[in-house]
Amino acid sequence: MNPFSTHGTRSFRGVIWMAAAVVVAAGGLAMASLLPEGNPLHASAFVVSLAGKYLAYAMLALSVDLVWGFAGILTLGHAAFFALGGYAMGMYLMREIGARGVYGNASLPDFMIFLSWKSLPWYWWGSDHFAWAAFLVLAVPGVLAGVFGWLAFRSRVSGVYLSIITQALTYALMLAFFQNGLGFGGNNGLTDFKDILGADLHAPMTRAVLLVVTGVLLAASLLAARFVVGSRFGNLLVAVRDAENRTRFLGYRPDQVKLLVWVFSAMIAGLGGALYVTQVGIINPGEFAPANSIESVIWVAVGGRGTLCGAVLGAILVNLGKTLFTAWLPEFWLYGLGLLFICTTLFLPQGIMGLWRHVRKPAPEEVTPEVSDTQGDET
Amino acid sequence: MTDDLLLDVRDVSVTFDGFRAINNLSLSLRPGEMRAIVGPNGAGKTTMMDIITGKTRPDTGTVRFRDRDLTRLDEPSIARLGIGRKFQKPTVFEALSVSENLLLSLKGIRSPFAVLMARRSEREHERIAHLLQLTRLQAMADQPAGGMSHGQKQWLEIGMLMGQEPDLLLVDEPVAGMTDAETMATADLLREINRTRSVVVVEHDMDFVRALGVTVTVLHEGSVLAEGTLDEVSADPRVIEVYLGR
Repeated sequence: MNPFSTHGTRSFRGVIWMAAAVVVAAGGLAMASLLPEGNPLHASAFVVSLAGKYLAYAMLALSVDLVWGFAGILTLGHAAFFALGGYAMGMYLMREIGARGVYGNASLPDFMIFLSWKSLPWYWWGSDHFAWAAFLVLAVPGVLAGVFGWLAFRSRVSGVYLSIITQALTYALMLAFFQNGLGFGGNNGLTDFKDILGADLHAPMTRAVLLVVTGVLLAASLLAARFVVGSRFGNLLVAVRDAENRTRFLGYRPDQVKLLVWVFSAMIAGLGGALYVTQVGIINPGEFAPANSIESVIWVAVGGRGTLCGAVLGAILVNLGKTLFTAWLPEFWLYGLGLLFICTTLFLPQGIMGLWRHVRKPAPEEVTPEVSDTQGDET
Repeated sequence: MTDDLLLDVRDVSVTFDGFRAINNLSLSLRPGEMRAIVGPNGAGKTTMMDIITGKTRPDTGTVRFRDRDLTRLDEPSIARLGIGRKFQKPTVFEALSVSENLLLSLKGIRSPFAVLMARRSEREHERIAHLLQLTRLQAMADQPAGGMSHGQKQWLEIGMLMGQEPDLLLVDEPVAGMTDAETMATADLLREINRTRSVVVVEHDMDFVRALGVTVTVLHEGSVLAEGTLDEVSADPRVIEVYLGR
């Protein structure tokens, strides 16, 4: 049996609770951060930005779960969409620095002056407007995913071949963004941000608001994802995942079905990347590293593939573990992560969510339909 | 003459890596007709189905369905024209419930955006209830399809085929792996379906073909060897030769 099979009974009632929990937790932490320093409940700026980072990663995990858990597309390059969203927001934050940069140029970011550029390249036009940046955060990953997906799905590339191309995509983007000439700050990336919409990025209030916004947008993404997978389209996705050929003979076009969820997923990842940059304060080509995308797949596997809640839970818990582990035994983290993935695959094929369902409903009727990752080869 | 044919396969040939799977095959079907196709392994039965449904493109020849040339269309377009296909191995969506399987099969909404916004209509409820009754799967409606027996999956797939409301059904070995009772019940079901739709059945099981009581086409090495009633073709010396060996 495939270790990642999903039970036939698909219900997503837990998603609403998870969305509510995320908002409450983010709000609670934000308020705690505004308490005076001496208060025992005070949350430090470090904790707040860490929490913001986890929630941004949770959006990446959610986007991976949408395509991997429901459409069976094992993406190993989703961090590319996350990073592109991050760069789109980073461009705006760079322009917000204005004349406060080292070189004091109001219209050109420092790194361009360093490269002795005289004017902004065309793709930076409009980046000083927040609304345009917000549009790009969704549009750039969306369009790239649209073009990539259209080519790949139409040519019926699937399974491990598709996974390999997604790795190649993110790797190619990483190499491109390392180039100074591309106009995104080369290997330093975009950083030294000062403020967002006029609010000081280092002020506790701004950080608290950003955390709440991240929590709310994560919750909204969860509910939107739930709407998609809980709809008839969600059933169609699962149908395409398990027996793609069959859907074709029913008159559906699986390439279009996959493309729709793929683009939607890339936009959620881009949004996560944008929120990440505002709270972490830097975006560089390292975010495109293939290992990042693979890690996001592990978060989903640990949390429970095809459950939405599991993706969020997995991203938060694994990253919490990473923070603690890397402080304690930094050189062993990757072994720990590998071990976690192996153990999940062997002992918790449905991840934490599977364990949770098992505890709540001990030994349900043993109807575990075979769910095949290799697309239908029926003839 | 051509005008009143539902399906007209003419002089079709297809070669895979030098192997002629279909060799100058011609076959036609009138509206409302049921046809059984028999033939030894490798006779080209499944390949013929693949050509009609757009999975395989023929090297030469034409396939017309009413006035449309099927060789230019892909699988979803052909399915939407009204040709349904049942595979040899029962292929249902195992992670979905029986009624969800039927819902996806119902004729109508096919574009991804429309599917996203679709809500189960009253008409769809009725259609599903009718199909559940037809396939005797009422009790299983909310069960995952993956948990059903082989025979039940075959029936569900036939139900899904009916949901598509096709004018022509292509059914590949529907009774493989069924008990005798299930086989006879399936023959009844297909005859029932044939009252309103045209059917092409590929089958090895001669008792089943006899129970259908329809014209039989014998395929051999990618072309038609004989055509007629079951008694006629089984008396044909060439057919005996092919089946009993040389």
